[in-house]
Order: sequence, then structure tokens, then C-alpha cells
Amino acid sequence: MAKMTFSGGIHPFDGKDMSKDIPIKEITPKSDLVYPLSQHIGAPAKAIVAKGDRVLAGQRIAEAEGFVSSHIYSAVSGTVKAIEERRVLTGNSVLSIVVENDGQYEAVPAWPVKPLEEMTGEEIIERVKEAGIVGMGGAGFPTHVKLSVKEPSKIDYVIVNGAECEPYLTSDYRKMVEEPENLIAGLKVYLKLFPYSLGIIAIEDNKPDCIKIFKALTKEEPRITVKTLKTKYPQGSERQLIFAVTGRELNSKLLPADVGCVVNNVDTVNSVANAIYRGLPLLRRIVTVTGDCIKNPRNFSVPIGTLYSDLVEEAGGFRKEPVKIISGGPMMGFCMFGLDVPITKTASALLCLSEDDISKAEPSACINCGRCVEACPSRLVPKILSDHAENFNEEEFLCGHGLECVECGCCSFVCPAKRPLTQNIKSMRKILLAKKKR
Amino acid sequence: MNGLLNVSSNPHTRSKVTSSSLMFTVIVSLLPAAGYGVFKFGLNALLLIGVTVFSAVMAELLFDLITRRKITIGDFSAMVTGLLLALNLPPAAPWWIGVVGAFFAIVVVKMLFGGLGQNFMNPALGARCFLVISFASIMTNFSVDGVSEPTPLALLRLGERPDLVEMVKGNTPGTIGETSVIALLIGAAILIIFGVIDLIIPGMYILTFLLCMGFFGGHGFDLYFLAAHFSGGGLLLGAFFMATDYVTRPITKLGQFVYGIILGILTAIFRIIGPSGEGVSFSIIISNLLVPLIDKATAPRFFGKGGTRNE
Repeated sequence: MAKMTFSGGIHPFDGKDMSKDIPIKEITPKSDLVYPLSQHIGAPAKAIVAKGDRVLAGQRIAEAEGFVSSHIYSAVSGTVKAIEERRVLTGNSVLSIVVENDGQYEAVPAWPVKPLEEMTGEEIIERVKEAGIVGMGGAGFPTHVKLSVKEPSKIDYVIVNGAECEPYLTSDYRKMVEEPENLIAGLKVYLKLFPYSLGIIAIEDNKPDCIKIFKALTKEEPRITVKTLKTKYPQGSERQLIFAVTGRELNSKLLPADVGCVVNNVDTVNSVANAIYRGLPLLRRIVTVTGDCIKNPRNFSVPIGTLYSDLVEEAGGFRKEPVKIISGGPMMGFCMFGLDVPITKTASALLCLSEDDISKAEPSACINCGRCVEACPSRLVPKILSDHAENFNEEEFLCGHGLECVECGCCSFVCPAKRPLTQNIKSMRKILLAKKKR
Repeated sequence: MNGLLNVSSNPHTRSKVTSSSLMFTVIVSLLPAAGYGVFKFGLNALLLIGVTVFSAVMAELLFDLITRRKITIGDFSAMVTGLLLALNLPPAAPWWIGVVGAFFAIVVVKMLFGGLGQNFMNPALGARCFLVISFASIMTNFSVDGVSEPTPLALLRLGERPDLVEMVKGNTPGTIGETSVIALLIGAAILIIFGVIDLIIPGMYILTFLLCMGFFGGHGFDLYFLAAHFSGGGLLLGAFFMATDYVTRPITKLGQFVYGIILGILTAIFRIIGPSGEGVSFSIIISNLLVPLIDKATAPRFFGKGGTRNE
């Protein structure tokens, strides 16, 4: 069968071998846990505990403010030590709840569960909302909002994004290999919600064992198919993924639901399964800890709120002094200023590198080679958009469809003159999108 | 972990290809043609190549120093320009032709417009055309060891049949780098294998050119006639090494396709009705001027443009 893909894209060094063969290890946190109230897209949650309160594992400590927002749960039992501004990943300070871990792990009982067949659509969405589930691939869009489409009968495809195209990341892979049944169960929740949809598990062809497992498990499932994607970055980008598996094109003005698709990350689908079948809120996520500086690179199941520094310790500490620490993958991840920040719902990896490509690369004049045009998955002309951004030429930037950029980083990656194309375009987009909102 | 960490905007990794590595590959790919030129035309060819490359680099260095810009000779682009220009000079030309040409190419065509990436015309070809117009007798004198001989295409025009095998080997009069089909194709293969160029521009250029010559050249699709035109007059040097110059070609694939066709048509026109019967250089610089227009007309259709709501 032909492998599905899109035009453009790149093949960076993938580095997945470091962590891909080691099973996921569950971490029990030792130190305090920190819960920033804003770890999703939408309004920040509101704290419903006060300083000095005792909380249990699985207890809700902050409540969604409005529809596009999400609840937050404590993963351990202990006392609320403070509710104060804490530094988060981006370097900003965000109001956070700090829970002092008492080491008892005393938990609230799980919610009662009903068999899926007896649940209505509203009940499912309500439970997902209760559980505080957000898109765990990185964007952090509240999942119950994604599921609340106007006409569920018009959704044709539910796509599980198992591409994991970011280099170094293996968390989705490990989860798929270790608990494939859970993922399929989660997908069935979606299929129940969208009665006429087909479930697609989309996996890149660099994970043949995964594809084999899912093909075998879904043989008897008429509404679930497994699609093999070509290994290429950014194959897991929502628009590119939808195009690859359904042939439908999506631009910045359309949502996946507008073209009859719902796309969810592997970890998100697993969390949905936990909420529906086990009555558990979102307490943990899978994080890949890797890079040439880490002694024992592997994947961890981490309680949300754990500090990154604890993760490094769990992975055996540093083998070499890191020069650059990235939360997420090397293409779209975020550079960290320090390790004293908490894991949030959207953190997918911790990448510690001893060499920094960027500070070594001196930008020079563009030679018009056209590599950025060839690589751009959105089929733009990054070189020209970047020039418009540098000159702050708003009109021309919009004319060149700069808002269609998905900020994947392919143009900067391929540029032989090492120009910061993505950075320029990203900054301009940020300004224009903020302007639009106002 | 004590030291401060590096931070940057994504992506945090870069490909290994750099501007200098690309330029270096181009230089390597030109060496077979240059080597054959020296082998065939002797020491004066070697001297000319040396003087021209050196002058090109010096011109850029001086310009950078005088205008107090960052020194840019490390990107090898001046060397490429110098080498290309040298390969476009007649082997018997005096050494100062190389100096004048190199300075014109670097200073007038390239640096005055803003340096690498900003020139609207291939510097080497701009300089060659400047030299042909200013020093016509020197630039069209293809004598070897004082014996003047017409180039194969000039012979073809007179109704004679130059030896095709000698043309492929390169044992014919011409500029230093244009004569040997074999050497040029080896260079072209290097460029393609190392991913510096693809076949769109040279392929469309040569294909369109041969079709036009077949239809309008007056000899029909006579294989000998077409093969002679393919091998002679610097078509391969132009198609693979100069029309593909990144800076002065369209940036999109579709644009490159169109550009190749325009090049082919222009070269055929020059060869059929032009005065000299060659015309690759003029075709390329005229097409260079059309590039902004082509780029505008062939802007890619962005992903999702056709996306519509699923009703």
C-alpha cells in the first residue's frame, strides 16, 4: 500500500534509538509539586483550595473558568504550601498551586464508571471535561471543547496521531507498544461520540512493530483502520496529517471539524480511556527524557506538577554538562532557562544537548537557493515572508499568506545561509494574531 | 549544572549544508572543465584562470574593506564567479582581460547591488557580455598557438560539418571551459549527486532548445545537426553551471520550469538569426532580468487554499 504523506518536509537526525527500546518507568514524586493554573489554551483555571488545606491524590485543586478552560488535579496527597507566582517553562511567572507531598499517596476514590454503551454523548464529554483532559501533543487545547462539535454526525474521521515526527521523542511509541488495547479502547469512546466516523490510527513507517501490533488488534474492528505514514517531519502536524490520511486540505481559517475530522494525540486518547473506563482524572503523562547529556535516556510516566530537575535525577543525572535544554523536540520544542519548573499537561519531552547548533551557525546573506520553498509544508515562500517580517511590512506579509505558516521550523532547518526564517515569521505572526484578536 | 543555558527560538537544529559548502561543491564541479581547458590550451589558460579567480576574490575583499562591510570572501562565491568567468574567456586572451572582467563582475554586477544574493544578473555572464562588447576582437579570437580556427558552431553556420567526436572530447576551438562535453557532464553529475542543482532548469533548457532548433533550425530533426548544437557554443556550461545560479534563477519549481523554457527559446532564436550563432550568455542574462516577473507569476498555491467546509 502506498504510504501517505504531504509535499515538503524534511528528514532531520532522529535520535530516537537512545530511548525507544526501554520500557516506561512510573515515577513517584518526592519533592513539592507545582501546578500552574494556566497550562492549556483558554482561560486560566481558578484555585479552589487555600494555603494550609490538606489535599488528596486525585482531588481537584483548580476549576475551569468558562467553557474553554480545564480543571487541574493534585497527583499526590499533602498540604497546599502556597498559592503564588512561580516560574514556568516559558520564563514567565504564572500563579501556581504548590502542594507539599506528604508521601502517603492517599487518594480520593475513582469516579463511578458506566459501561460505554450506556453513556450518552453529553455524559462522555462531561466526563472528559471533569477529568481535565487537554491536547497533550503540545497545544493544550481542552479536549472537551474539541469533542463538542455542533453536528457529531458530520465527523467522518477520528484520527489518532501516532506519527511522532519530532526527532528524539519516543513517548507515544512506547505507550503504543506497551498498551495498545488502552489506545483502541480510547478510540472507541470517540467512535461512540461520532456515530458515522471511521477511526484511523496513523503511524509513521519508522515504527513498523507498532503498525503490526495495531493491524493485528484491529483486524476484527470494522470501524478502525491503521494507516502507514511516510516518515517525514512534520508528518504529525494536524493539517499535514489530515491531508495525508484523508486528502482534505485545511487552512488557518478552518478547524479540523470543519472538514469532518477530529485529531487527537496518543497520550490524549489514553487519558480519555482512563477517564471513561477507570474514572480517573488526568494526573500523569508520558515524558521522554533524552539527549546526549542524559545518563540513562528513557520514558517516564510522570505525575503532572513534578519538577524537571526530579526527572533528570530519575534518569541518572547528567553524563555531560548540557549547553541547551529543550522541553519538547528539537524542531518545535521550547528552550528552558532552568530545570526548576514543573511538568505541565503539555510537556512531552526533556531534551538535554551538549552542543548547540544555533549559536554555532552564523546567519549570512540569503542565496535564493529555494530550499525553504521546497521544504515548506504549507507551500509558502519563507524567504520572502521572513524579509517582510524583518521590514515589518504587514501588508506584504499577509499577501504572502504568512498566517498560514504552522511554525514547524523546516525552513530554518534547511537554510544553508542559516537564516532565522522561522523565528522572523513566528514573531510577525504573533504580532498580527494579537492585533486581530483585539 | 551551573552555567547558563543557551536559549533560542525553534527549531533548535540545523542541516549540515551551508552556503560555503554549496559554493565549494560548485568549484569542485567546475574543475574537470577547467582541468581539460588547461590540458588543451596550455599555460596561458592556467594563468588566465589563476588571475581571474584571484582578481575576483581581491575585488570582493577590497570592496568589503573600502565600504567597511563584513568580509564575505569566506563564502567562496567570489571564487565561483571568478572561475566561471575564466572558463568563459578565450584561451589566448591577455591576462588583464581577466582582471578587468573579474572587477566588473564583482564590483559592478554583484557588490554595488548589495553583494551575494542581491545581484539581478549572473556576475560572470554580466562581465563576459561586458567584455564581448568592449573588447570584441579579443573575446572572439579563438586562435590556439597563433593559428586562428573557427569554432564548431561557426563552421556549422558555413555549411561545414565539424567532427562530432572531437566536439564531445573537447578538441575544438572555444573558450577555456566550454569545449569538452565529457568534462562538463562530469561536473554536472557532481552538482546533481551532491544535491546542489536538479534537472529542471538544464533539462527544460536543453529540451526546449533542441525542439526549437528541430522545428525552426532549417535542418529538421537531423541528429547530427542537433548533436552539434547540443555540444557546442557553451550550451552545457550555460545550462548546468550558469542558468542554475541560485541567486538569479526563480525560486519556485514551476518558475524554474518556465525559466528553462524561456532560456531554450531565446538561445534558439540567437543561434538561428543572431549574428554570432552562439548566444547562450545573452539568453541567460536576459532571462535573469525576467526572474522577478516569473517569481511573481508562479508563487506557489499555499497549502489548504482549496480547503472548504465539509457540508
